[in-house]
Amino acid sequence: MSLISRGFAGRARTTSSDRLPPGQYDAGGSFPVLTAGPTPRVDIGTWDFTVQGQVDEVARWSWQQFRALPREDVTTDIHCVTSWSKLDTRWQGVSLDTILGHVETAAEYVTVFSDGGYTTNLPLEDLTGGRAWVVDTYDEEPLAAEHGGPARLLVPHLYFWKSAKWVRGLALTSTDEPGFWETFGYHSYGDPWRSQRYAGD
Amino acid sequence: MTTPTVTTAGPARRGGRLLWTPARVRSVQAETARATRLVLEVPGWAGHVPGQHLDVRLTAPDGYRAKRSYSVASGPEQPHVELIVERLPDGEVSPYLTQQLRVGDELEVRGPVGGWFVWHASLGGPLQLIAGGSGVVPFLSMLQHREAAGSDVPARLLYSARALPDVIGADRVAATDAGVTLVLTRQAPATWQGPTGRVDARLLHEHVVPPDARPQVFVCGPTGFVEAVADALLELGHPPERVKTERFGTGGGAT
Repeated sequence: MSLISRGFAGRARTTSSDRLPPGQYDAGGSFPVLTAGPTPRVDIGTWDFTVQGQVDEVARWSWQQFRALPREDVTTDIHCVTSWSKLDTRWQGVSLDTILGHVETAAEYVTVFSDGGYTTNLPLEDLTGGRAWVVDTYDEEPLAAEHGGPARLLVPHLYFWKSAKWVRGLALTSTDEPGFWETFGYHSYGDPWRSQRYAGD
Repeated sequence: MTTPTVTTAGPARRGGRLLWTPARVRSVQAETARATRLVLEVPGWAGHVPGQHLDVRLTAPDGYRAKRSYSVASGPEQPHVELIVERLPDGEVSPYLTQQLRVGDELEVRGPVGGWFVWHASLGGPLQLIAGGSGVVPFLSMLQHREAAGSDVPARLLYSARALPDVIGADRVAATDAGVTLVLTRQAPATWQGPTGRVDARLLHEHVVPPDARPQVFVCGPTGFVEAVADALLELGHPPERVKTERFGTGGGAT
């Protein structure tokens, strides 16, 4: 079913519209913040990043060890489920390929966990192949706490709630366990190009 | 055009998918100079939990679509679904909803959506609501529900608005038996007795249910407001797991 909205023209269609998934608009210079609770203030002195769960051995990096891993610059478009997209965002961090290269596992899924208790679920495959990073730098500046600093996940090919803020690690699992928003009716996978906003989409 | 009527419990779904449903506009009323209250008749609407939102989709003649989410302002006990939409100067959808939409028009909607930033009488309390500007909208639904359900859960609303004419939901705020503190940030009448200025830790300490009463705290408003309030609540000793937030930034969740 489709209904034409009387008198609605919408914004001027831009040349970048082929970079906007269905139903998304370009947020331009703004960078909206959406969070379920207070912003955790994270002490990098006690921060670590671990890969645990279905692994032969838990892998752990302190902040200093994490900062010493090979780094990559990433320029990418991001898409929030609330309909804004932001084009050509510039990040720096460590590829998940680098992190997962230290891990032996038969797991197929991941629960990403964060300070503040946030979790989100992904197929492990989606974190590999140069498609996911743990980033600590945005626009050449240390990542601000409200945007997930000191470090957040960046998985730009999925809706941005999958790019968990304040990330602390990955728990590898054999089954797909719904994370925080996923238990509240959001889609388990969240592909913006297929408009997978809510469960069943 | 015939509209399908969904009679099953829960939102309109097919194969687990939330469906877009035509809603008829029953009334369009100025709420404030910048905000408009829309009353929608949504066939098959099976009710919502206060705090949930509704997606609205507009389609241009060339097929271009724009979708935004709006918190439901009405309580589940009210006969129709009400939204309060604030017009944003550079917005795409909000100028249409607030200035072009007329009674009798149809909108496509789907929902209700969201299960985190919600409150229902069965969840108990005490309930502490903290709103900045149009962030009060989900709380209007919660307060209406609390009263309609005859709930005796103690509730307080701390509501920061720029000036008295900017107060959204003034009728509900005036009618509630919840404790209300209105804070005016930009302009207050000469006779104003209430607090003015930015909502800070001191003001929260004076007007918010204290942490030892273990309130469920909901904070909704623009990002800067929510950041500042949530930080101050933690300073005052409210545990983070009892503070739920919902934010909208410039160009963010609802334009």
